This record gives sequence, C-alpha cells and structure tokens, in this order.
Amino acid sequence: MKLFRMLGRSIRDAFKSVIRNFSLSLASISCITITLIIVAVAIIASLNVQNFTKEIEKDLTIVVFLDTDATDKDVEDVTEKIKKIQNIESYTFKDKVEVKEQMQLESDVFNAVLENWDVEESPLKHTFQIKVKEVEKISETATKLKSIDKISVVRYGEGMVDKLINAFSSIEKVTYGIVIALIVVTIFLIINTIKLTIDARKRAIGIMRLVGASNFTIRTPFIIEGMVLGLLGSIIPVIFTTYGYLAFYEHFNGYLFTKLIRLIEPEPFIYTTSLIVVGIGIMVGMIGSASAVKRYLKV
Amino acid sequence: MDLIRIRNVEKKYKNGVTAIYDLSLAIEKGAFVFVIGGSGSGKSTLIKMLYREEKPTQGQIIVGGLDVAKLKNKKVYKLRRKLGIVFQDYRLLMKQTVYENVAFALEVIGAPKDEIRQKVLKALEDVGLKNKIHNYPEQLSGGEQQRVAIARAIVNDPKLLLCDEPTGNLDPEKSMEIMQVLDDINKNRGTTIIMATHDKEIVNRMKKQVITLKDGHLVNFKKKGTYNNEAV
Repeated sequence: MKLFRMLGRSIRDAFKSVIRNFSLSLASISCITITLIIVAVAIIASLNVQNFTKEIEKDLTIVVFLDTDATDKDVEDVTEKIKKIQNIESYTFKDKVEVKEQMQLESDVFNAVLENWDVEESPLKHTFQIKVKEVEKISETATKLKSIDKISVVRYGEGMVDKLINAFSSIEKVTYGIVIALIVVTIFLIINTIKLTIDARKRAIGIMRLVGASNFTIRTPFIIEGMVLGLLGSIIPVIFTTYGYLAFYEHFNGYLFTKLIRLIEPEPFIYTTSLIVVGIGIMVGMIGSASAVKRYLKV
Repeated sequence: MDLIRIRNVEKKYKNGVTAIYDLSLAIEKGAFVFVIGGSGSGKSTLIKMLYREEKPTQGQIIVGGLDVAKLKNKKVYKLRRKLGIVFQDYRLLMKQTVYENVAFALEVIGAPKDEIRQKVLKALEDVGLKNKIHNYPEQLSGGEQQRVAIARAIVNDPKLLLCDEPTGNLDPEKSMEIMQVLDDINKNRGTTIIMATHDKEIVNRMKKQVITLKDGHLVNFKKKGTYNNEAV
C-alpha cells in the first residue's frame, strides 16, 4: 500500500515537472526522438543483414572434385580425411554416375551430350558437397581440403562471398558506432534537463531530507521523469518504424534489389523492433536521470 | 533515561578548523536544553551533528538508540524521522499553503491521507495556527512562519526537537511567543528540545538547562542556568 502511494506521488510529481519545464523537456524529447529513429533504422538494417547473411551461409557449400582417376579406395581415404576436419558440418558424396544423372536432369543440352558417355570414358569427377559450421573460416577449411591427396579442385565462390560478408560486417560496425555516440549525447542532454528540474526543486529536496524522506523517495520522481521523457521521445520513432518498414517492405515486394536479398517479414518483426526502441528510450531516460540525481543529491 | 549521549566527540572541518573539542555530555528524555555560546563556539556544529548533517571526526553520538556517527548516508532518514528540526530561516515551501507545508513532512514518508490530515491539524492547533491553514507563507508574519516550521517539525511526533536559532529573525515579543509554543510542546508532548541561541533574554527568562560552549569547549552544563557573560 505504502509503496503504491509513494509511487503514485512520484509519478504525479514527474509529470508535473515535465510540464513545468516544458521547453527543456521538449529539447530532450526531440533529441531522444532523433536518436531513436536512427537507432531504429540501425536495428532494422542490422537485423536484416544478419538474417540475410544467415540465409547465404545456409546455402554456402564447398564443392570438392576428386582426380579423374580416383579409385574407390581413394574415395574411402578422402572421406576419412574429410571427417577429421573440424569445421565440417556435413558432407554428401556423389560419384560420377550420380553427377551425370544430376546434370542430365538440369538441362536438355547436357542430357543430350552426356547420354552417350559411359562411365569409363566420362570426363566427370567424383564430388563431395560439404557444409561448414563457421562461414568465417570457410577459406581456411578450403585450404585444408585442397591439401588432401587426390583432391583436384576446391570451389566455394570465394571472392564474392568474402567481400559480401566483409562489407556487411563493416556497415554493421559503423552503424553501431553512430548509435552509441548518439545515445551518449542524448544521455547528457537528459542529465542537463533533470539537473535543471532538480535545481528548481532544491529547496523542496532539502526539506525532504530534513523530514526523513529516504533517498529512494527523493530519487524516484526524477528517475520516473527521465523515463517519461524517454517514453514520450519514442512515440514518433515507433510510428516511423512500424509504418516505415511496412511501406519499405511493400515497395520492394520483400526483396532488396535481387532475389538473393530477402527482407525479414514485417510481422512480428516491427513489433519487436518497436519494443526494443521503446525499451532503449526508457533506459536512456532512466540512466540520464539517475546519474543527474546521483551527482546532485550526494546520495 | 538519556535520549542523547555524546562521548569524547571532536569535530574538525576539512579546512582545518576544529569546531568541537572532546565533548562529552548526556541529555535526558523530556529535557529542555539551551546551547549557548558566541559565534564560532561550536553550537551550530553540535546541533548539526545531532541530526547528522555533519559527522564527528572522533567520538560517539547516540540519539534515541541510533549511533549517529556510524550511520551511513543512505540510512540518515531513519534518524531524521525520529527528530524535528527548526531553523532561523523557517525553510518553508513558498508556493504551498500552511497545511501543505506541514503535510509535506508526512507525505514524503508515505503516510496515508487520513493520518496526515489528523496529525497536521493537531500540530497546527498546538502552534496556534489552526485558523490559517489555507494561507500561504507570504501572507504570514515571521513569527507565524516559524510556527508553521515548528508544526512541520513536530507533526511526526518526534522524540527530539532541534532548534538552531529559531528566534534569530524575530523581535523580542515574537521570540517569546515562539518560546511559549516550544515550552508547551516540551510539556504537553514530552518532546525533548535542544535549542541553540545567543539571546540572553530568552535564556534568563526560561530557566532551563544550559550548555555553554566556548571556542569548541564545554564550559558549563547547568540544570537551571542563565546566560553568563563571563563564561561566553
């Protein structure tokens, strides 16, 4: 009961203070709004990049061709050696005959050409299709495979994949940097806002101290005020995230530029993103006000 | 029984000034004690240490069973709830009514509304301001403002009332009114009162216990004391 009563009084005081220091509150709210919009964009971008990198990674396979003259015994040896490489998730073996059948299925031209070749004179090779556990180490794994006897060629689309992953990870890092810088700036702005409201109420705080208000009681209204600022600042970013992403998704029909890059479906993605944005807003407000209060109340 | 026990207390400020030297004394429950001395005698420091605005650099202070010197900053509120404090400058909230000013002391410790109303009205009655509860401090005289401050200090039924020069801003007539109010509180509520003052007239007329400080040393602790010029 007592706690609810105190909390009620704190919330009332917090709203009063936001309204009383309206121009300053507005400055903080706008700063939070801008920060959160950028944070939202960064979250959407990085989650999409993550999603799509994972999709690519899922499809990423190393194809290993054995020497044309490899015997069944050689195949066995190679299999053993592949098993021993740590980064390998799974592998499938296809011998010449299977490869031929698969190619025949894939196109009529191949079908016509390959039909007349029997196994002995076939130029095709035995192949392994290998999935790796960690894509970052794919080139390392490929080198290891290459060094195995009787393996002639190792292919995994090296250049393109490496560049893509590198590009995305550096984009992610840059956005994280910007987001962190903006959050820090916003926190400082909130610290200043709360400081001013504390200044206005210094007398009341002094009296509260004298009559035996606990630090908790003194601090809570200011912290709630910070949270309210954060909450108010996250309204526009949430609307922006929700409708912005929906429009973006519709406009591009769910794919960005090529069929290769598939966007995350809006639901429930926009809701979780909104929730994260609101959460960050409230957290930033809370951290800002808590540190302002700490410095001012010598608690 | 002793409400306050001070043992070998020394207070040295960070700037090197020593305000209190090796002070030991005990004040019993229900007492009315004046602390007198010239400026720089350490009387304000003594009062401040009693409500833990200042910490003694050495020694022990026990107030109502609480070891004040060892009290952590976070726990100071526990001490403050046991005592009331009145200052020379009243320290009222100017934008709030008399009633709200007194109620504030109970609101911040989370008292329920009914209890607040009952206690605030009782306290204001005790200081003789029941007819002015809806006025703002600006509309009151200095003496009346000080009485509001006293009401706020006693509304929580503290065992101890600390007064730091409560009559410092008032003319002799108003000062005596305040003294009358304090005396009534001491008698009717049984509240222990410790009051720092340099007003000879008051001390001589009230005939209460007197602690005399000079340059941080305890000179005298008399049961029915007067303001002795030579000692100060």
